[in-house]
Amino acid sequence: MSAGGGTSGPDRDLASLAADLAARATSARALAEASSRCAAALQPRLNALITATPELASSAADQVDAGRPGALAGIPYVVKDNYCTSGIRTTCGSRMLAGFSPTFDATVVARLHAAGALMIGKANLDEFAMGSSNENSHFGPVRNPWNLDCVPGGSSGGSAALVAAGAVPFAIGSDTGGSVRQPAAFCGVTGIKPTYGKASRLGLVAYASSLDQPGVLARGAADCARVLAVIAGHDPLDATSSTAPVGDYVAAAARGVQGLRIGVVEEFFGAGVDAAVADRCREALAALERAGARLVPVRLPSLPLSIPAYYVLAPAEASSNLARFDGVRYGHRSSRAGTIEELISNSRAEGFGPEVKRRILAGTYVLSAGYYDAYYRRAQQVRRLIANDFARAFEHCDLLAGPTTPTVAFRLGEKQADPLAMYAADVNTVAVNLAGLPAISLPAGFEAGLPVGLQLVARAHDESALFAAGGALQRETDWHLRRPPGASA
Amino acid sequence: MRVSDTRHPGAAIPIDALARLARLALDDDERARHEADLARVVEMMAALASHDVAGVEPLAHALDATATLREDAVTETDASAALLARAPEAQGGYFIVPRVVE
Repeated sequence: MSAGGGTSGPDRDLASLAADLAARATSARALAEASSRCAAALQPRLNALITATPELASSAADQVDAGRPGALAGIPYVVKDNYCTSGIRTTCGSRMLAGFSPTFDATVVARLHAAGALMIGKANLDEFAMGSSNENSHFGPVRNPWNLDCVPGGSSGGSAALVAAGAVPFAIGSDTGGSVRQPAAFCGVTGIKPTYGKASRLGLVAYASSLDQPGVLARGAADCARVLAVIAGHDPLDATSSTAPVGDYVAAAARGVQGLRIGVVEEFFGAGVDAAVADRCREALAALERAGARLVPVRLPSLPLSIPAYYVLAPAEASSNLARFDGVRYGHRSSRAGTIEELISNSRAEGFGPEVKRRILAGTYVLSAGYYDAYYRRAQQVRRLIANDFARAFEHCDLLAGPTTPTVAFRLGEKQADPLAMYAADVNTVAVNLAGLPAISLPAGFEAGLPVGLQLVARAHDESALFAAGGALQRETDWHLRRPPGASA
Repeated sequence: MRVSDTRHPGAAIPIDALARLARLALDDDERARHEADLARVVEMMAALASHDVAGVEPLAHALDATATLREDAVTETDASAALLARAPEAQGGYFIVPRVVE
């Protein structure tokens, strides 16, 4: 289903697109139009966009063609529709915000715009980023370009599907418990969640504020590095954004893994992980070993507790964050509103979908008097144990590795009726958010025609190690360059 | 905030009290479904209780981030007109809601 290839299409790596633009072999406008056309042609099959912005992309492209410089000048992209975009509707995949248009750009969007990147649309997602399959969107599910009967993963499903299908060379997602890495794995692309605080959350609509973090999806690690270099760095408007220096990620992606110690985490390969998925990941690790890395066995004994801890803490924060949606100041307002209580309760009942309600109720439960210590406080204590596990493991190695997901992409509807089965699929990703660490999902081969992802986790602020390993793996293998089969758009 | 539910004594999940606290109007079908789902989610969360966490300091924020201070200076201009324009109902510089004082 690759549709944006060819000499003038957007489905190429960023270095070659930039070289063609510099040599005037193509123009920013031609790239923007090709990208928008491709996304529009894919829409009936993938449903990956909520709002297309072709005119905006073309007018930004004209400025680039007129000489406006920038690190990503003339490069088309999509942003997940939970990032605020000034004057362009920002729905969060929810009926609640179906008609909402923000007054400002998220910092991530503003930095991409300043770098000359061309936003061609807002990507579909699970409602308020709550989900692992992109089936929880008010605007309908996204489909996986590798198999239209399968989910693309979530919650950044639209972002991952459009990169995989070749409509854009990169996309912006957000990752609270795996929402960049899991769809990257399911769609066969590279996805990085940086260290908590590495990129600004200003204008990223809050789900769970102590876990949310912007992320990047692209075919290869080198392209993720180029984009992260643009969006990372302190933002005075986000008090939790880090003042730690931003590394030279592009150089890191080229430097290799000689002497790098990679810890193979026993628990990442634990119960529930499909044997074929585990095999593909071990083969990818063997490729990294051939490239000069050293593999060492490590343990994260508290990892099995990360699912219950996450599904206490994230809903607790969500129930608080989503209290702002009241039908008064913005968003959906019920017409059944005789009293202020009815206005708020009915607006929220009509505006939110089932999974969002489920998490709000769960969060309300664990924060209630009598339950707070048993669940919320205890989950925070377990969060400390998990962070300590990672710290101990990093005494013996530079990176930790395992499958991003226990299985390849599942079928649409397969887990919809069982929230716990859906939550269990997040077992290898949520612990990383609880500990605030950076992690990347790298294409690691295929099983039954569907992509497998290898997850690497690094110490806080050591994104460079992730890019070094990603670059090395992608010089040894070509899994990240495989395109979905089927007719072109 | 207490969530004891007198209408459903003995119920493991006080769904009506939770819905009221969360300001979510649930119809009967939703009420039954969320009560059942939440019972299973809470059962899953119970795994936390089986683990010894005595003496472990809770971790509220990854990397133990601390809040930073900025200079006490006005950095934003008055955006009230743009914000009110996004309200479902506004008039004369105010958000409109149903009467709250009888």
